[in-house]
Amino acid sequence: MLIMPVVLQLLLFPTAATLEVKNEVLAVYNEDAGAASVELTERFSKAQAFPAMLIVYSEQEMRRIIDLQQALIVLRFPQDFSRHIEARQSAMMQAILDGRRSNSAQVALSYLQQIVQQYQKEKMTPGIAVTGSSELVVRHWFNPNLDSVWSVMPSLVAIITTVSALVVTALSVAREREQGTFEQLLVSPLTPGMIMIGKAVPAVLIASVQATIILLAGVFLYRVPFQGSLFLLYGSMVCYVTALIGFGLFISSICSTQQQAFLGVFSFMMPAVLLSGFAAPIENMPMWLQRLTWFNPLRHFIIIVKGVFLKNIDFAEVAANAWPLLVIGVVTLTAADIAFRRKIG
Amino acid sequence: MANRPKKSAFFRRLLALCRKESVQIIRDPTSILIAVVLPLLLMLIFAFGINLDSSLIKVGLVAEDSGVEVQRLAASFVGSPYLQVITGARPEMELALRNGRIRGIIVIGNDFTDKLERFGDSASVQVITDGAEPNTANFVEAYARGAWQVWQKERAAARGLPERPEIGLESRFWYNPSALSRNYIIPGSITLIMTVIGALLTSLVIAREWERGTMEALLSTAMTRSELLLSKLIPYYFLGIISESICIAFATFVLHVPFRGPLLATWLVSSFFLFSALGLGLLLSTATRNQFNAAQGALNAAFLPSMMLSGLLYAINSMPVAIRVATYLIPARYFVDSILTLFQAGYVPKLFWLDVAFLAGSSVFFLGLTAVQTRRRLD
Repeated sequence: MLIMPVVLQLLLFPTAATLEVKNEVLAVYNEDAGAASVELTERFSKAQAFPAMLIVYSEQEMRRIIDLQQALIVLRFPQDFSRHIEARQSAMMQAILDGRRSNSAQVALSYLQQIVQQYQKEKMTPGIAVTGSSELVVRHWFNPNLDSVWSVMPSLVAIITTVSALVVTALSVAREREQGTFEQLLVSPLTPGMIMIGKAVPAVLIASVQATIILLAGVFLYRVPFQGSLFLLYGSMVCYVTALIGFGLFISSICSTQQQAFLGVFSFMMPAVLLSGFAAPIENMPMWLQRLTWFNPLRHFIIIVKGVFLKNIDFAEVAANAWPLLVIGVVTLTAADIAFRRKIG
Repeated sequence: MANRPKKSAFFRRLLALCRKESVQIIRDPTSILIAVVLPLLLMLIFAFGINLDSSLIKVGLVAEDSGVEVQRLAASFVGSPYLQVITGARPEMELALRNGRIRGIIVIGNDFTDKLERFGDSASVQVITDGAEPNTANFVEAYARGAWQVWQKERAAARGLPERPEIGLESRFWYNPSALSRNYIIPGSITLIMTVIGALLTSLVIAREWERGTMEALLSTAMTRSELLLSKLIPYYFLGIISESICIAFATFVLHVPFRGPLLATWLVSSFFLFSALGLGLLLSTATRNQFNAAQGALNAAFLPSMMLSGLLYAINSMPVAIRVATYLIPARYFVDSILTLFQAGYVPKLFWLDVAFLAGSSVFFLGLTAVQTRRRLD
């Protein structure tokens, strides 16, 4: 029950979680039929993002195709398009995009713009050498081909670990509570601290085993190169799991049933995952929310895992992101301890 | 006439059972938390936290040359409305990129002015991005290119060169003219909320009845299988619809997301989605009879697919073929599709009825399977 979901998630999510645009349909409405529009259409049809192309012949058809999501973008060449280009004048073309999927449409539009710019560079600039030419050279560090799997795998190490560590801690305490065995533990000579450690150790073990599985899959199955130090990764994982156990124990200390504990874990986990920088960049959030994410342990841990995995960050950089985890851990564990004592007393 | 007392007994028992379930829901503070507080929290998170339209990206600028053109080029980067530029030496900027404090570095080398003035040579500007965030890296490249082009144009104009002809690509986003990601992210998040209520909450509640043995007590009464299933379905169905109504009202009136679709169509498609989610929740709890396993199952079979594979956050078309085929089995896919269309485009019959048909099919499948499973469990 703890390994199966991990395997399933490993097979499904890394390649699914991509913001690249592929396998889309491009529609072309060519009112021009001159040489330039035909050549450009030819080039668009070779674009990787658009393996299929639809030809439309009227404005109504254009509308229908977008309405029914048969194409993501319709490109329209106006009647005088090729004439303008042959006369070396500026020409205009139009792109109608499906705003229901505005992010995909924007990404796809930038692919098309690159093709148009390349065409413009080849056909419309005079080929004489001049002084003062300049060029822009782009290098993507840490992930040269901007492969989304490279950025997803490290995040998955952090996210999947989170789910199991939290669920295991919070629910095991709640189950003992519900079944009445927790009272038996409390009347035994064990101190609350010892009970808490007993609940924490399995969570640490499960989290490390799962993280190792994902790490191995990332390196050997998905071929993401691991750049950094394993020692730093596992060391910071202990800090992270401590913070998680703090949250898990705190949730279970204020809940009286398994159901409440599970829903409590869920109510904590969903915001934690969504606001971790995994689904959308932290820097796009409003400032007040960015400050709030400081209390989200997952946010710090994703920075560490990504950094160690892809950027080979050193001890000082790991420590800079690990100390908030320890602070969060101390605060939540203390809170859990107080809440437990209150229930006992 | 023989049928009548039987029929009224059916409704009387059903009503009594529904009342019992409703009281149970109302008395448990966690169900109110899940039905009202969590949906609103989620809406706020999606409204403010999930923003895919990069607004202002921090980049570092390393200018190793101090010529006039370098200053102009630097001014063009600083002047870009999309870039927030900090300047510094190269090692310092590289460290910042590694730490994720900036998402790109623009390097203007110390031979820039020389190369710019030399005949036939080309002065290069280097843009380094943080590939660990591929989406942001694409934005950095595009914005840097934009700023660099502005500089080139101004320079050409200053030198009196004739303006180069250009091919313009005018873009127009239908349904969502300013291409805001929140306009589809917020309606899409309703899918997650309905999944939580339909599958997660229900699976926990019913697994608890099995775990505690109260289910056997219920089954030993005169009630029939369909009464039992209906009495579990109806209260949670209403809970889901109420919670969805709160979400739609919040999205349109507080967050100002445009809502175009007719309410009737929205209600219809939501009902079927809710039935299939409830069906899955019931099935899981009946099959596992254990809260921990039912909840784990609901998380993995309903919630995670709704988030990752429904087309809400990631485009289905971009996924590998095997996964794309698998998404056809996920009810959330059809619901995301129709709720996005209803919010932004309105009622598009051809799309709408296809989605409804698939959702109705999956409801029948899950509820039917639960009915079969319940009978087997009694033997």
